[in-house]
Amino acid sequence: MNYTNCGNFKCSYEKDAALFQTLFSRLCIGVFLVMLVALPFLMDHYFIYILNMILIAVIGAVGLNILTGFTGLISLGQGAFMAVGAFGAGYLSSQVGLPFFLAIPAAGVIAALVGAFFGIPSLRLKGLYLSIATLAAQFIIEFIIIRAEPITGGVQGLSIDYARFFGIPINDDFRFYWLALPLAVTMTLLATNIVRSKIGRAFLSVRDNYIAAEAMGINLFHYKLTAFAISSFYAGVAGSLWAYYTTIVTVENFTIMVSIQYLSMIIIGGLGSILGSIFGATFLIVLPEALQFISNMAAGQFPAVSQIVGALKEMAFGLVIILFLLFEPEGLARRWRLIKAYWKLWPFSY
Amino acid sequence: MLAAPFLDVKNIYLSFGGIMAIAGVSFHVNRGEIFSIIGPNGAGKTSILNTISGIYPPDKGSILYDGEEITRLPVHKRPVKGVVRTFQNLELFKGMTVLDNLMLSRHIYMNYGLLSSVLWIGKARKEEVAHRKRVEEVIDFLQLTHIRKKHVFELSYGLQKRVELARAMCLEPKLLLLDEPMAGMNSEETEDMARYVIDLNEEMGITIILIEHDMKVVMDLSSRVVAIDFGEKICEGVPKEVAVNPKVLSAYLGEEKWL
Repeated sequence: MNYTNCGNFKCSYEKDAALFQTLFSRLCIGVFLVMLVALPFLMDHYFIYILNMILIAVIGAVGLNILTGFTGLISLGQGAFMAVGAFGAGYLSSQVGLPFFLAIPAAGVIAALVGAFFGIPSLRLKGLYLSIATLAAQFIIEFIIIRAEPITGGVQGLSIDYARFFGIPINDDFRFYWLALPLAVTMTLLATNIVRSKIGRAFLSVRDNYIAAEAMGINLFHYKLTAFAISSFYAGVAGSLWAYYTTIVTVENFTIMVSIQYLSMIIIGGLGSILGSIFGATFLIVLPEALQFISNMAAGQFPAVSQIVGALKEMAFGLVIILFLLFEPEGLARRWRLIKAYWKLWPFSY
Repeated sequence: MLAAPFLDVKNIYLSFGGIMAIAGVSFHVNRGEIFSIIGPNGAGKTSILNTISGIYPPDKGSILYDGEEITRLPVHKRPVKGVVRTFQNLELFKGMTVLDNLMLSRHIYMNYGLLSSVLWIGKARKEEVAHRKRVEEVIDFLQLTHIRKKHVFELSYGLQKRVELARAMCLEPKLLLLDEPMAGMNSEETEDMARYVIDLNEEMGITIILIEHDMKVVMDLSSRVVAIDFGEKICEGVPKEVAVNPKVLSAYLGEEKWL
């Protein structure tokens, strides 16, 4: 399925490797970015809060997609690697006193190292077995965080100050948006660069056929660990953003449920697609809020059944995910491609 | 004495559990020749290829390539030396486009690091374009221009086989191991493939080890042939000699003596 415009001829290989192939797509992304900049001025705090959560989730989901979607290594430890980033940023800012623009990358690097370490079994383990090994990583990291009280504050967690940008504290949703948005956009852009470079191709080859990949000169161990490191770096940055957003870091925020949530994001969005990670993250953040909204409305209309409506919300969440797996197993990214193709051919869609 | 052979396989053994896949096979391949390995199904031909490409290092014995010991060299370091293989049952990267499959083969020649690939600046950009040019040469040579942007899983079997050959070519091999490149092809496709193999050998000077069941192809292309049965070498020589060797005939056709 490659529906590019006809008449789209390129005269150099450079242009053929460009991210946005046509003027129209460049225009679209430009309009989208302008929209992202304009949005917070038009919305109230609650919606900006949702946007912020989406931006954080996008970073985490893009990272996990690099590992699971592109390299084919299923990880159930994304939540734990986010925790490492969150506690790393928390410790570095509250104890060491680093400013946020140093603490966030540093937290990412710490998470990357931890991720690469827990990625070592991936050389021998594949598929389900690897996911169990990463599940172990999730529990080990949680345990260590709870026990390493001098650094992490144990069960109580860490409480940190708001990030300060030239003395301005980033202490509300609106201000945080301007921290999260550039970071999310940059990280996504960097991810697309990784994916189209030799590293991305190596990841894909490991996913598709590791025996052939090795025979073509790909060092499996090196690239599997790189995938874990990059993915955990993203998780670490997402976790540290979360830390600066909530200013209270506890281990309960990064349980196995978070890992599963991120895995569902990339499955719903589309494995092996950066765009899919964005769709998936948006979908899974918006869905519970939308269901909450609906159930609130319903509860207002029918106060007698408000209890049941609350329970229905949880059920609907599960139902939507199951339906997605049944009817859109390749994720929202594929649906997006089909919609684009439809409009490309419309009205002569034969 | 002549110069040392290009590839020297010395008395290799390989077993899986109790099954002896290769039981003491030795042969050598000279530079610039097409050397064929024949034998009935399960004789151990592919196992020999696997030991040369490093997927299963031999239990005993040694393999010298260009005067260098490569018996225990990790698999992914062999293409760098120029030892490249194709697979019997298509082992392409199905989720990737033909172009990406071929660009992956240029991986060992790309030097840019993580930073420049993340930022897509300078070196990464320049190298990608330079290697794209090399890949396009191969695409032209093997006539894959019309499918370069297609995903591999969309392609027909014959085309996939050709993509696999193209992928091996992009690695710029010195010694190319072809594992049944004509298997499952019709006579026209077989002829095309045979032509490509000859071109690779004659124009690019690539030494080729060929495993093939199509005896006509083997007899026409190869300069020397080794026949394997039950993991043992039964005969080696020019095609004409091997074709009439009684042991080879009995391995293929069975023996009459107990009837």
